Amino acid sequence: MHAETTATERKAAALAAFKDLARDPGVPKPDPILVVDNVVRRFGGLTAVEVEHVEVQRGSITALIGPNGAGKTTFFNQLTGFDTADSGQWTFNGRSMNGVPAHKVARAGMVRTFQLTKALSKLTVLENMRLGAQGQKGESFWRALLPAFWKGQEDAITERADELLTRFKLDAKRGDFAGSLSGGQRKLLEMARALMVEPELVMLDEPMAGVNPALTQSLLGHVKDLREQGMTVLFVEHDMDMVRDISDWVIVMAQGHVIAEGPPETIMSDERVIDAYLGAHHDAPLSESELEEQLHEAEAALEAEIEEETQK
Amino acid sequence: MDWITIISTTVKAAIGVETVWYALAAIGINIHFGYTGLLNFGQSAFLAVAGYGLAVTVTVLGLPFWVGIGVGLLSAVLLALLLGIPTLRLRADYLAIVTIAAAEIVRLVFRSVAFKDVFGGSDGRRGFSDGFYAMNPFSPGTYGFGWLSFNERVLWVLVVGWALVALSCLIVFLLMKSPWGRVLKAIREDEDAVRALGKNVFSYKMQSLILGGVIGCLGGFIYGLAYASVQPDIFGTETTFFAYTIVILGGAARVFGPVVGSMIFWVLLVLVNGVLSGAVESGLITFMDSTQVGPFRYLLVGLGLILLLVYRPQGVFGDKREMAIDAR
Repeated sequence: MHAETTATERKAAALAAFKDLARDPGVPKPDPILVVDNVVRRFGGLTAVEVEHVEVQRGSITALIGPNGAGKTTFFNQLTGFDTADSGQWTFNGRSMNGVPAHKVARAGMVRTFQLTKALSKLTVLENMRLGAQGQKGESFWRALLPAFWKGQEDAITERADELLTRFKLDAKRGDFAGSLSGGQRKLLEMARALMVEPELVMLDEPMAGVNPALTQSLLGHVKDLREQGMTVLFVEHDMDMVRDISDWVIVMAQGHVIAEGPPETIMSDERVIDAYLGAHHDAPLSESELEEQLHEAEAALEAEIEEETQK
Repeated sequence: MDWITIISTTVKAAIGVETVWYALAAIGINIHFGYTGLLNFGQSAFLAVAGYGLAVTVTVLGLPFWVGIGVGLLSAVLLALLLGIPTLRLRADYLAIVTIAAAEIVRLVFRSVAFKDVFGGSDGRRGFSDGFYAMNPFSPGTYGFGWLSFNERVLWVLVVGWALVALSCLIVFLLMKSPWGRVLKAIREDEDAVRALGKNVFSYKMQSLILGGVIGCLGGFIYGLAYASVQPDIFGTETTFFAYTIVILGGAARVFGPVVGSMIFWVLLVLVNGVLSGAVESGLITFMDSTQVGPFRYLLVGLGLILLLVYRPQGVFGDKREMAIDAR
């Protein structure tokens, strides 16, 4: 019962934080964990990302959506050190992160997953999990030679890995090669492995891509769980049903810019978002005949108006 | 045909000097390629700098044997750093291109006329192994029984060589079941995933390159000491490719894969050579003469390798399940 109350509390707390916020891009949040300023990334003549200001609220699930080519994944790569931004700066927990290499970003507590799942195929599921643990004594060359140095820590790591595997229902697969898992199971494994790092901010790049509907529900549950455990989640997703279901706040990107922000219930009716997804002229006529029809309608309306005027 | 000679040379080849120094080179390759996924095609350069480091220190500078060993080891570490710093951040295939070029540069420098005073040109260096044989605990004589016997010098080289092979295998075994080895294997699978989990991929690749280079360079010492000389052309690209063949033959990413691979490789070469030469001499084979046997055996070994890759791609020790994953 206690778990449920905290669950609703966390959700309520996250929603309360967003309650009175404006719907403008870059709106300041009460307690941001990640603050981004003027991040620009150009590929030759193409500006893939140009984000002026954006903040991610601590303890919330924030969705990053946008049409294909909006620069969401590129933006993710900038933030996590997998690609270097041309300019700009961002802070994580108040610590400046631009120019920090990817492995240090992860150590700082900002861990990502990938759009194309990166299961380490020829390692077992359990080895995949153990790899995620930080500060391992046995990962230094000289100490690795003497098992006595790292055996105890390894046992503790294994115990934690087994707990997570049970939670993600992968415990039956612990001895199998990760390469033998199904696509959905790999997504689960990647998420579980990221949790081994004990992150504060989990960044999921399309966690639902290629996952069958049956598994989607369980994945959704796991993402919600992250918030309940006090983590912050930022995720890229295309599936609007999922975004509506789990996110507390939505940031919309298009053509490299953040164009709108808002709660998931209303964001899709925002003018700017509809324009970005469907084009600014989405209600414009599509064919000649349609155009003519519209002209006739307009003419008829005008004539009626003129007639009304003359009769006065 | 003289079957006794054919069998004795074949059995000797299984534990002989060639097997030892190729096994050491292959253990290094196995660390690079088998465990870390680094395509190092310049392994021969590590053997060369070690062999020449020892030879030049002792013969040209007149310093003691152990200083020479130290110089050789240090040169291997330096070569790894020199190769790794510019290339390890790049994709794997770039490393392959750079290492093969670097190995050729190293060989050509040792061979060059300009440095003939130091490295001895294409004749190489000799007369640096006295310090090693002075430590020989075996008194002069023949050791072994019947046709399987060695003189005291060869025996001493083989004892030291196999001790180094055993030590290298032990180190590889200990490392690869540790968390350190786990990071290496994970880098082989997908280095971005490893980066995302907070590991310094560059540092681990560098450690792997140095370790594999240093173990490989022991092969350079063994060659130099066994033949009491070093020549540049011994350390050509085919040395590297033989070592790769040995790794794949034995099974990549297996502790004893390179050792068994090296034994099989040399046994096959020597056996085929012996049988063919015998057959040519006794007139059983008439379509070639004895000078053509040498090239022809490589042809047969190549054919054997193709068949191996088709029917047993995992090598002798490999795991079929792992191969199945790759096939997806």
